[in-house]
Amino acid sequence: MVEWFTVLVVFQLAGEILSAATKLPVPGPVCGMVLLFLALVIYRRVPDGLAKTAEGLLSNLSLLFVPAGAGVMLHFGVLQHDLLPIGASLVVSTLLTIAVTAALMAWLSRKASGTAPGPKPAAPEPEARS
Amino acid sequence: MTSIADIWVYLSASPLLHLALTLVAYQAGYAVYRWRKFNPIFNPVLIAIIILVTILLVTHTSYQTYFQGAQFVHFLLGPATVALAIPLYRQVARVRKSALAVTVSLIVGSITAAASAVFITWVLGGTRDSFVSMAPKSVTTPVAMGITEQIGGLPTLTAMFVILTGITGAMLGAPLLNALGIRDWAARGLAMGTASHGIGTARALQVNEIAGAFAGLAMGLNALASALLIPAAWHLIFGR
Repeated sequence: MVEWFTVLVVFQLAGEILSAATKLPVPGPVCGMVLLFLALVIYRRVPDGLAKTAEGLLSNLSLLFVPAGAGVMLHFGVLQHDLLPIGASLVVSTLLTIAVTAALMAWLSRKASGTAPGPKPAAPEPEARS
Repeated sequence: MTSIADIWVYLSASPLLHLALTLVAYQAGYAVYRWRKFNPIFNPVLIAIIILVTILLVTHTSYQTYFQGAQFVHFLLGPATVALAIPLYRQVARVRKSALAVTVSLIVGSITAAASAVFITWVLGGTRDSFVSMAPKSVTTPVAMGITEQIGGLPTLTAMFVILTGITGAMLGAPLLNALGIRDWAARGLAMGTASHGIGTARALQVNEIAGAFAGLAMGLNALASALLIPAAWHLIFGR
């Protein structure tokens, strides 16, 4: 467990260094994700321990946003003042982005796969969790 | 004899209290989410934040004090982001097959997110700080704050918009996609990651591994696309 967590942290560090050295506008962890992805492509499989560690972190991913999210308390003033424009923008723009991106992606993938309809997800309703 | 007040003073000085509070608030949020059968409207992050902020306001605790404890949780975001390489690797064949569709959809989605956010905030009378800081709202926090700085917004305000956007997408994305009849997991995941970054990705991962992989990919690619496109477009349109 600890050794695989070490791997993740070392890749993050490598990503931070890469991001700083190349001045790419991409944060260190995202660069680290790309580096680990390339390493896996070269290694051609995911070590079991790494898979378990990653799963442990990713199954609790939403917890990790809570501390930053509590930062809303710093901006109650602005929120109150611009409630309508901010609220409307957050909801409408986010829904529009999801709709446009998903519809375009679904349409383009269907077009690309040509006559053969692509592999459809088995379950029609996506709401169930294991 | 130590009084309750003494114990309180001792605990408030250590990061343990706020670390524990963060975890307990999330457990409470997650319990509600599970109780409501993982209905996205009962978003555990949102519930946890409401509980936490209420407690912090009632106890007159500053966010800085709180964050000294919470930073241990916050720190794990980095390794977790790196770990997104694993679902991505597992879906590499699928991703490669739809590389062109991913690229086109992502760029269009990225532009839609920024342009509509700024336009709607501006047209409804938002202040300059609000609409400028709104531009990178769909981008993962560290990149979003950097973009805002470049175009003259307030980075901490952007951080709040980013989180609220993530929660909005995680709550409303699935019902919207169902209503639109989009069942393709790759398209669903890509849209969640593009529009609502890590929080949307967290939700996508909970539901389906293909969706999670495409969401993680979209989050990374949107960060890159937005960091290149938004400052350039901003200077072109507004001349700074």
